Amino acid sequence: MAYTVRRPNLTFWEKLYLPNIIAGLAITLKHLRKMLAGETHVVMQYPEEKWDAHLPEYYRGAPTLVTDQHGREKCVSCQLCEFICPPRAIKIKPGHIPAENEFAKVEKAPEAFDIDMTRCIYCGLCEEVCPEQAIFLRKDYAITGESRAEMVHDKTKLYELGGTMPNLVHKWNPDK
Amino acid sequence: MSPVLFWAFTLLMLAFGASVVLNRNPVASALSLVGSFLCLAALFVGLDAFFIAVIQVLVYAGAVMVLFLFIIMLLDLKAEQRRRFNPVALVGGAAVSGAFVAFLLHVLKSFPAGSQAFPNLGVERLDDVRLVGFALFNHFNLPFQTVGVLVLVASIGVVVLSRRELK
Amino acid sequence: MALLNDIPWFLIAASVAKTLFLIFLVVLPLVSYTVYAERRVSALIQDRLGPNRTGFPISLFGFKKDLQLVLGGLGQPIADAVKFLLKEDFTPGHVNKVYFWMAPVLAMVPALSTLAVLPFGNYMFGQKMVVADVNVGILYVFAIASIGVYGIVLAGWSSNSKYPFLGGIRASSQMISYELSLGLSAVPVLMILGNLNLSDAIDYQVKNGWLLLPFTDGNLTLRELLLWVPVLISFIVFSISMFAETNRLPFDLPESETELVAGYHTEYSSMKFALFFLGEYAAMIAGSSVITVLFLGGWHIPFLPVNTLESSMTAPGAVLGLVHITAFFAKVAVLLGIFIWVRWTLPRFRFDQLMKLGWLYLFEIALVNIFITAAILALVR
Repeated sequence: MAYTVRRPNLTFWEKLYLPNIIAGLAITLKHLRKMLAGETHVVMQYPEEKWDAHLPEYYRGAPTLVTDQHGREKCVSCQLCEFICPPRAIKIKPGHIPAENEFAKVEKAPEAFDIDMTRCIYCGLCEEVCPEQAIFLRKDYAITGESRAEMVHDKTKLYELGGTMPNLVHKWNPDK
Repeated sequence: MSPVLFWAFTLLMLAFGASVVLNRNPVASALSLVGSFLCLAALFVGLDAFFIAVIQVLVYAGAVMVLFLFIIMLLDLKAEQRRRFNPVALVGGAAVSGAFVAFLLHVLKSFPAGSQAFPNLGVERLDDVRLVGFALFNHFNLPFQTVGVLVLVASIGVVVLSRRELK
Repeated sequence: MALLNDIPWFLIAASVAKTLFLIFLVVLPLVSYTVYAERRVSALIQDRLGPNRTGFPISLFGFKKDLQLVLGGLGQPIADAVKFLLKEDFTPGHVNKVYFWMAPVLAMVPALSTLAVLPFGNYMFGQKMVVADVNVGILYVFAIASIGVYGIVLAGWSSNSKYPFLGGIRASSQMISYELSLGLSAVPVLMILGNLNLSDAIDYQVKNGWLLLPFTDGNLTLRELLLWVPVLISFIVFSISMFAETNRLPFDLPESETELVAGYHTEYSSMKFALFFLGEYAAMIAGSSVITVLFLGGWHIPFLPVNTLESSMTAPGAVLGLVHITAFFAKVAVLLGIFIWVRWTLPRFRFDQLMKLGWLYLFEIALVNIFITAAILALVR
């Protein structure tokens, strides 16, 4: 059904339209002036200014592998993270730890551990599921590469990014 | 005016004129007519008649032809493009224009002053706008105003007629 | 060359030099940096930064880092031009090829040829700084502006698609409507000047003060004060009509992005699109120049000596001539800034509002204004 919209009754100056135009121009000019005077808070100029210092504790960056304080790879290649990973970014090839090794009782360590960063969605499920607390989401967010192959983080890269994380799980400690 | 420019613009104008008639596409014809008007304006400039040249562009090329083009585009005349040449009309048109050219040549031949170049005016800048204005409003004021009223009556008539048709 | 004997070769060379200077050294850089200014100013108005980092890629020449933030994005227009040149020039299959190719040229050429009659400076090296000092200057500007609509209309029609077509139709009706108020609003000014020549218009303003600011010659008579009212009205009407003629917001209905994708140049890409873009900005520059000449005293700076033909041959005269040229383009730049400022403040008109404004208000105001001016001119000596 057609209905009529009541138009507001405009005063003479409003009908003239020019005062309102000038008022609008004054508003934009105020913004321009504040911007030029540097009073407006603008966005961070990313590559020059970084927000690393503002990252919260719980920030989820790139997933990495960590070693404990003895330099042992914490990962025991149980492959839980591989199974939980929603985009299937993780590929693990389990390997045995030779008997002469100090940590031979751990039995297994990954022979290869690849995370495809073009697929990773930074959900943090791998970190949650890991029984050994071996995989952590660190604060690296600028993961770049010039090819797909470069975007696959292999074991070396993952340990390099992850560094050391002192033990929370003590069962594999040699002195125990 | 340099004869090179004169002949260039004359030939261009005639070519545009021919393309107005020969083109099957109405838009192309209209645009050719605009081109022909522009060349004519250039010829006026060559005669130092800047005012006439500018009015030619302003009125014909800038206003009348834009309206023509506007209408042609709205009508979307596809049938015109498919129409074949009508031989009778072709011959008739050629005969009429040939007769006109022959007549023109005959008149020009019997008018010896037309074959001589006019001497230069001897003024650097001819104030033709002022001259036209004085002539119109001093010597031809009544005819000028009458024409104005006539045009006004015609345009009001158009509005009235088109309104009636809507009902 | 024998045919050109009646014209001294020097005159031709000077005209060519002036044209080249005007187009390639002034207008085209001005156009590209107006686009840059548009992006920067719009950003600043909206509390953003805009393109602030395109510098020059000197790392290509062995330097370690590119010049980026130092230049504040001044390389942006060059990057834009390179981008336009390198993009694929795609011609859709459904278009009317001849007119599709012709339209960008017809949009660009009139905008540039308007500049021919504009006196952009006083004498310099014994040359008057105007390409063609014709006696119908302002009429020439209007005539060429009225030709400018063909590019847009043809682009819309030849694209054979609905949005460009609507844009073209809107453009033609809008430009025809606003040409009337544009021309009529200039009439009071021309009545005061008593001349159509644009150089003489500036000479008048040098003697009697700028039309919009009549006190710039140092004294203010009653006649000037009375005439200031119609001049102000005609300045406002002229400026508004100029916005509509150049299809700038708030009157950019031919290309209104929210309704018509991009209006008449929807189907265009690459350099053909860029020509429309350049044409629009060149028309803006031409319009600002006309406003400068008619209302703001052209190249004149108050209380600064004015060159004569003889004094311009000397070194200080040449410097003064350069100062005047700079003053002209500074005024034009200020007007362009206002164009940009208005664009990023006002919302777009509806089409019926646009037509109502043009036909019911501006046209009548301009018409009445002519009579007011005539009365003042006749009664107050």
